[in-house]
Amino acid sequence: MSSDFWILLTAILMSASCGLLGCFLILRKMALIGDAISHAVLPGIAIAFLFSGGRDSVAMMIGATLLGLLSVFLIQWLRSSGVQSDASIGIIFTALFAVGVIIVSLNARNIDLDLDCVLFGEIAYVQWDTWTWNGTDMGPRSVWMLGFALMAVVILLMLFYKQFKLTAFDPALAAACGIPVMLFHYMLMGLVSMTSVASFESVGAILVVGMLIIPAATAYLWTDRLGMMLLYSVVAGIASSVLGYGAAYVWNASIGGSIVTTAGVLFVLTFLLSPRHGLLLRKWRQRRLAA
Amino acid sequence: MDALWMIWTDPNMRWIVAGCMLLGLSSGLIGSYMLLQKRSLIGDALAHAALPGICIAFMLTGVKSTVGFLLGALIAGAIATFGIRWIAAHSRIKQDAAMGIVLSLFFGIGVMLLTRIQHSGDGGQSGLDKFLFGQAASMMREDVYMLAGISSLLLLLCLLLYKPFKLISFDAGFARGLGWPVARLEQLMLLLTVLVVVAGIQAVGVVLMSALLITPAVAARYWTDKLSVMLLLAGIFGACSGFSGTFWSSMVTGLPTGPVTVLSATIVFAVSALLAPQRGWVGKSLRQRRARQQWQQGGTAHE
Amino acid sequence: MKSFTTTHSSDPMSAPQSVDNGKQPQNKLQQHHKLSTNIEDSPLQVQGLTVTYQHQPVVQQVSFSLAEGRLIGLLGPNGAGKSTLLKAILGLIPSLSGQVKVFGKPYESQRRRIGYVPQRESVDWDFPTDALDVVLMGTYGRLGLFRRPGKNERQTALHCLDQVGMADYAGRQISQLSGGQQQRVFLARALAQQADLYLMDEPFAGVDALTEKAIITLLEQMKQQGKTVLVVHHDLSTVQAYFDDVLLLNRQLIAGGAVEHTFTPELLQQTYGGKMAFLQGNDQQGILLAGK
Repeated sequence: MSSDFWILLTAILMSASCGLLGCFLILRKMALIGDAISHAVLPGIAIAFLFSGGRDSVAMMIGATLLGLLSVFLIQWLRSSGVQSDASIGIIFTALFAVGVIIVSLNARNIDLDLDCVLFGEIAYVQWDTWTWNGTDMGPRSVWMLGFALMAVVILLMLFYKQFKLTAFDPALAAACGIPVMLFHYMLMGLVSMTSVASFESVGAILVVGMLIIPAATAYLWTDRLGMMLLYSVVAGIASSVLGYGAAYVWNASIGGSIVTTAGVLFVLTFLLSPRHGLLLRKWRQRRLAA
Repeated sequence: MDALWMIWTDPNMRWIVAGCMLLGLSSGLIGSYMLLQKRSLIGDALAHAALPGICIAFMLTGVKSTVGFLLGALIAGAIATFGIRWIAAHSRIKQDAAMGIVLSLFFGIGVMLLTRIQHSGDGGQSGLDKFLFGQAASMMREDVYMLAGISSLLLLLCLLLYKPFKLISFDAGFARGLGWPVARLEQLMLLLTVLVVVAGIQAVGVVLMSALLITPAVAARYWTDKLSVMLLLAGIFGACSGFSGTFWSSMVTGLPTGPVTVLSATIVFAVSALLAPQRGWVGKSLRQRRARQQWQQGGTAHE
Repeated sequence: MKSFTTTHSSDPMSAPQSVDNGKQPQNKLQQHHKLSTNIEDSPLQVQGLTVTYQHQPVVQQVSFSLAEGRLIGLLGPNGAGKSTLLKAILGLIPSLSGQVKVFGKPYESQRRRIGYVPQRESVDWDFPTDALDVVLMGTYGRLGLFRRPGKNERQTALHCLDQVGMADYAGRQISQLSGGQQQRVFLARALAQQADLYLMDEPFAGVDALTEKAIITLLEQMKQQGKTVLVVHHDLSTVQAYFDDVLLLNRQLIAGGAVEHTFTPELLQQTYGGKMAFLQGNDQQGILLAGK
């Protein structure tokens, strides 16, 4: 029972922070940057592992966030030197991910970090990977990390909601209003990196992307208002977590994979049925209009 | 030197090196066209989408058969590209987000199926996770034959259809105006990409396959303004990366082929971006500095 | 069924007039704007063309036919569907209904006789190729899918570049050309197509005065050779100087005919709606201001 509880709590925390950030990624047309960041944090984690000699959460957070920001910086640098944006993303994230994989494989004996876990996560084992502080067992480490990430996301979004909204909608206007657009850009990217690394162990590198983009895209089809979109996105994320966990239990499959697949199913349903932007309804309305 | 000699004498090694070089060559070629059509990341989506296709093929046949995997990946890739286009065309969601959705959804399904296969404890499943990062050493003679076949097909088509591929990449509207079957040709290019991606997954893996399509092509673009030269260079860069990847991964135990290949390609890219005479960073800044100096000298001379 | 018949400017009866058969006098959707006297071998005859985008009509029931050897301006406000109409004629985008005939035959069989100049922004000028190579693409239609361009084609392409005054830039990477030069390269490519009917999408957009002059001189030359050129145009102040006929489009075809009779305040008002102020100059020449 308690194992279920911790797994679900981890998944819910993860999907909440991913859902919030994902909305801004979608609106800023940076969905693939999110993809790039979530891959690029791997070398950060690996290096932090090497330096700290173990799963030190703080070192991993710092290392991964730095690498995430570095990847964003490199992508922008390539872009400004005339490389297409798609191609810049492709070059940087694969290169950084390759570095990460190489570090991990070369130190396989020293590092207790296995590649399968990097990709798929090990959410089933969160409960046993606890954080000991001053000799007392404080509960699963992932929950602490994700809780911290979610708190940071919520606090920063609440403090700077207006600024984030405006920079997402019209960066030029935001700059003209005196909002430090670049600061908020890197703040968002930093938050994405932090969330990626916190989610890393539970759902794995590739599935973080799914949780960043898919629930937010689902919410985007439900509403036209940013506030509601954030809410719906979190709800869609949490629903995917709970249903996905159930599906994984029934089919005896990867929990991370099931959660993302469920999120995808929710998206497809929305895509077809949403009252405002749903495909079927629009088709039906057109037919009525034509008749 | 000894190592190189070993590769030359060990027949198994020779096959694998040849396969990886062919793979690099073909992906450099077709990747250049994808780059010029602004579809760089489609390779990434295709590679990720291939995973559930491969898993389903395995579940249906129960054996690791290259042809079955190819077929499964091909179908999954077709569904994925169709899905991306469908979402972008029929909703307010933009192309990039559509790609992210399809990519992660397919990969999620793939991971689900993969774990299911693993949990079911099927005897032949051990090789499947090699698809994630690639292990060239696991390539069989049969796989190299397939790679050789795909590469020759690709080379032949690229030679035959050089002119239409070029025109479509530059100005598809004009080509359509000429009455050329642009949609068909575009599908053909996409099909070739899927073939290369699927063939490459064994060597470099799902996650990093897109790099072989993108990085050599971008690197080649730095050196030339001619498409034919760019294609040639991209092919060579890809082949070199393939060689270096297999070489180092065979030298150092535990080093997977894919990441080393990708890193080699990235190094070629970095060197190109810095040192290429016209477009490279060093050349550009030198020219800029010289221009500034000349301007300043000219300015003071006038005063 | 009501139709506008306008004939060449030499004809005294060339005012856009309505031939009313008694039914629905103002049914615009059915109008056929005839710029040609003989529909049968008109270089371009469009019948009832409708194009929709995401189920919204963008171009509605457009019908017209062009006369041979003339320069025709296609005018209309932003979003009137000018480019869309051009693309639909060329079959680049699907049309809901309507048919297009070129020199009296179905469009598909006459592709070789049509030259197309797309908007300059429609391609990536960072593509790895040079000016001559872009012009060579104009010969691809004759060559088919597989045959490579040879010496003859190269000669043609060089000649075409020379005609637009760009012979010195043949080997220049296309990203290093100015906007006006890029436009000229596009025109040279169209020339290399050696077509009889040309469709040009805003060839004057974003070019300097010198290039504009060079382009219009070229168009005049093409007209002398009996070619028909349909040009999407924005600058109302030059319409009277450049074109023989005009088509006024705002989703539907408002009017079509010889410039002196069609390019009138009333019809422009209809086309551009309230956005138009027409000032009559003292030398009988209309000065047009498109305001907000």
